[in-house]
Amino acid sequence: MDRVKQKARDLLDSNKVQVVIGYEEGTDGTARPVFIMDSKNIDKLIFNDRCYHNLAVYLTKVEVEKIGRVAVEASLNTLKGIVKLASEGQFVFEDIDILGVNRNGELYEFASLDEVIDYIDQHPVEYSPEEISLLRKIESMTREERWEYWQEEFSRCIRCYACRAACPNCYCDACIVDINQPQWISPTPDALGNLEWHIIRAMHLAGRCVNCGACAKACPVDIPLNILNLKLAEEISKNFGISEEFLLTNYPLAIYDPNDKENFIK
Amino acid sequence: MRNDNIYKPCLMRIEKVTDEAPDVKTFRLKFIDDVQARNFDFKAGQFGEYSVMGEGESTFCIASPPTRKGYIECTFRKTGRVTSALANKEEGEIIGFRGPYGNRFPIEEWKGKNLLFVAGGIALPPMRCVIWNCLDLREDYKDITIVYGAKTVDDLIYKNELEEWNERPDVTLVTTVDPGGETPAWKGQIGFVPTILEKMELKAENTIAVVCGPPIMIKFTFPVLVKAEFKEADIFTTLENRMKCGFGKCGRCNVGSVYVCKDGPVFTYAQLKKLPAEY
Amino acid sequence: MTPQNKLLKKECLPTFVETLVKGGKLLYAPTKENERIEFKLIENFSEIYLDYIQTTKSIKSIVFPPIEKLFEYVADKEHVEIKDVNLNTIPETIVFGAHPCDAASFKVLNAVFTWDCNDEFFLTRKDKTTVIGLSCKNHDDYCFCTSVDLNPGSTEGSDILLTRIENDNYLAEIMTEKGEAVYKLVKNLFEPAPQVDKNAFVTQLPKLFDLNDLRGKLSFEGLSWMQQSLRCLSCGTCAYVCPTCSCFDIQDIGNQTKGKRVRIWDTCALPQFTLHTSGHNPRHFQNERWRQRIMHKFSYEPERLHVYGCVGCGRCSRACPVNINILENLIEISGGNK
Repeated sequence: MDRVKQKARDLLDSNKVQVVIGYEEGTDGTARPVFIMDSKNIDKLIFNDRCYHNLAVYLTKVEVEKIGRVAVEASLNTLKGIVKLASEGQFVFEDIDILGVNRNGELYEFASLDEVIDYIDQHPVEYSPEEISLLRKIESMTREERWEYWQEEFSRCIRCYACRAACPNCYCDACIVDINQPQWISPTPDALGNLEWHIIRAMHLAGRCVNCGACAKACPVDIPLNILNLKLAEEISKNFGISEEFLLTNYPLAIYDPNDKENFIK
Repeated sequence: MRNDNIYKPCLMRIEKVTDEAPDVKTFRLKFIDDVQARNFDFKAGQFGEYSVMGEGESTFCIASPPTRKGYIECTFRKTGRVTSALANKEEGEIIGFRGPYGNRFPIEEWKGKNLLFVAGGIALPPMRCVIWNCLDLREDYKDITIVYGAKTVDDLIYKNELEEWNERPDVTLVTTVDPGGETPAWKGQIGFVPTILEKMELKAENTIAVVCGPPIMIKFTFPVLVKAEFKEADIFTTLENRMKCGFGKCGRCNVGSVYVCKDGPVFTYAQLKKLPAEY
Repeated sequence: MTPQNKLLKKECLPTFVETLVKGGKLLYAPTKENERIEFKLIENFSEIYLDYIQTTKSIKSIVFPPIEKLFEYVADKEHVEIKDVNLNTIPETIVFGAHPCDAASFKVLNAVFTWDCNDEFFLTRKDKTTVIGLSCKNHDDYCFCTSVDLNPGSTEGSDILLTRIENDNYLAEIMTEKGEAVYKLVKNLFEPAPQVDKNAFVTQLPKLFDLNDLRGKLSFEGLSWMQQSLRCLSCGTCAYVCPTCSCFDIQDIGNQTKGKRVRIWDTCALPQFTLHTSGHNPRHFQNERWRQRIMHKFSYEPERLHVYGCVGCGRCSRACPVNINILENLIEISGGNK
């Protein structure tokens, strides 16, 4: 961590960046995002297993853009978010300074986007046993059981949009649920509205989600939204035979190839 | 049984539709229910919630004066979902109306004074209400001057009324369009409202100014009036924050601790200066 | 009415609850399922989990539901018919086991919904709801009711307040006519109250800031609103779990010929809340929206409605995905521990 802090300090002191986004101790034993603009506060920075927030989410926020150039303390998930956002043209990769951290909080420096992608590729996504077992449990349900399961889960939704807010890939200025001409999705927190919202959101992230799980962790009523995304990620790689590396910088649902096996596209 | 549903609109029939400018229409509305019609009363400056069932409600002022009984008028530009649905309504169709809400222009206090009305673009409707209110009580006021500007000649609304005011000997009307917005036949001024205003010989003494327009016009008009020595408490305007309920409950129109729906929409420049910049 | 104290023995509690349920009232009480503690509609006493510190969501949805139908309509070009909601169909409801912070929240909601004109949807629900509160045995680091002039044994808002005393029996303070009406239904279960020091049986929560200090220090321009809120993701979690946040949107569900107009929860945290059709937004940046949240609760509501918009339940902090802890911020603004 010392090298991470030192580099962060240098970047701030030399005014190469105006803010370092990282993690600090929260008030309740959890870690939380922190914005450091003065290097005298650099010792607040931490990194450990509790640092699960995907900090890439902040890189597209107007409030952050206003501060100036940003350095990010980037975990593997944050790195994936950054690469995805850069590939979707949300910012230029070189406009961001990355303080990569591995599991032990050791500094990783990257000279280029390709190096980040290589690094991500060497560290394939590891789903937790809980995630996998829930996914398999849901897969083994009958259609009716699955329907009931998700209806029950979605019934708790209060439409706070914490899932959207915590997701680095939900960066649309005008989210489909906020558009009312036409009103594509009902904004009401009822069975239909909630179902529409979560299905649409999952579909919008299919092939784009970096499976960081930030949505599910942000959900105040514990809806396992990450399982939806996980399932769709599996479907995408199964149906399109696509590697995670490819997914990071491409959006398979938007790519047309005359050799696609589906006939409907021809 | 409790039955006072404050969210329930009155039903009003569209008596007349006037096309004012591209995408801008005026509806003349009459209450369908006689009791509602009889009990309805409002003051210049107040607003209402107009609705199309299935689309929602939209907030705008009552554009006709309270001196004209038996109907109300509203003027709106087709922009969002509700105004688009309203724009598709024809004479004879029914829309919902809740109101009146908000405060008003204190026109009784203006008796014996000169009145200067300054409006820009689609912001003429709230002022039209108070202009006609004062013109209908013409002997109560001294000089009445109206300065109205729009982007282009096409964008000027209430064209017939502008003509009427222009012809009245007891009204001074100055119309202007932004540079480039004029037509060959245009006989009015060319220039932005604050610039035109600056060129006029404004007398602040014993004069009330009412300013309604887009934020940028208001921003540049206030200094012109202050320079002409208008008192800040004698300059009136309206705020247009987003609203849903109209009566201080839905929580979105406040500017600091001031609720536009209850304490406004009419404010003096002196009051505005004390408010945080949250409008 | 004069409040009266009674004793409710622990073995009588199940009969108490189930008698009320069988009497045809809806009874909401805290339950625990998969570590989630929520108020739910109860049929049997065994479903209830009273040993809780805080539920995720508050009890406000009982008097201010996430969706409230305002009316139904049928319409064609020439006719519109508006069908009123029959408020008489709103059921008699009991909230059982709400902590004093939740019970006190109805007063704040009431202030909003009766400001100048009465919202009969809220008022009818509130009038038909009886709150049987439960003093707090425990608190956690998020609780701060004592700092907002309430306390873990406060009777404010409770029609009956239960406090667990010796031998796990309950002291029942019957505070209102609604409370007395419930008491009369199950009178035989109660015994005369012993002399007890109630305070000895509720958790001791130190006061962490002074409301007057806080209000005195609040300023629209002068505070580090941006520093406090940079972490904020702009979701609505804090407002939706809050017992006193009452902002709403009005939406139509249906089409132009048939449907209903509803009121749904909304929140100042979302940028769309104040967005004008023109694209102009008076509260474009999150720090402006965070300021609105704090100023509304601790400055505007006291000024305009004579209530503070916070009961110190700490739900917003517990639910915040990025640990924005309102207590931490309020202590900072008010100038530290007093």
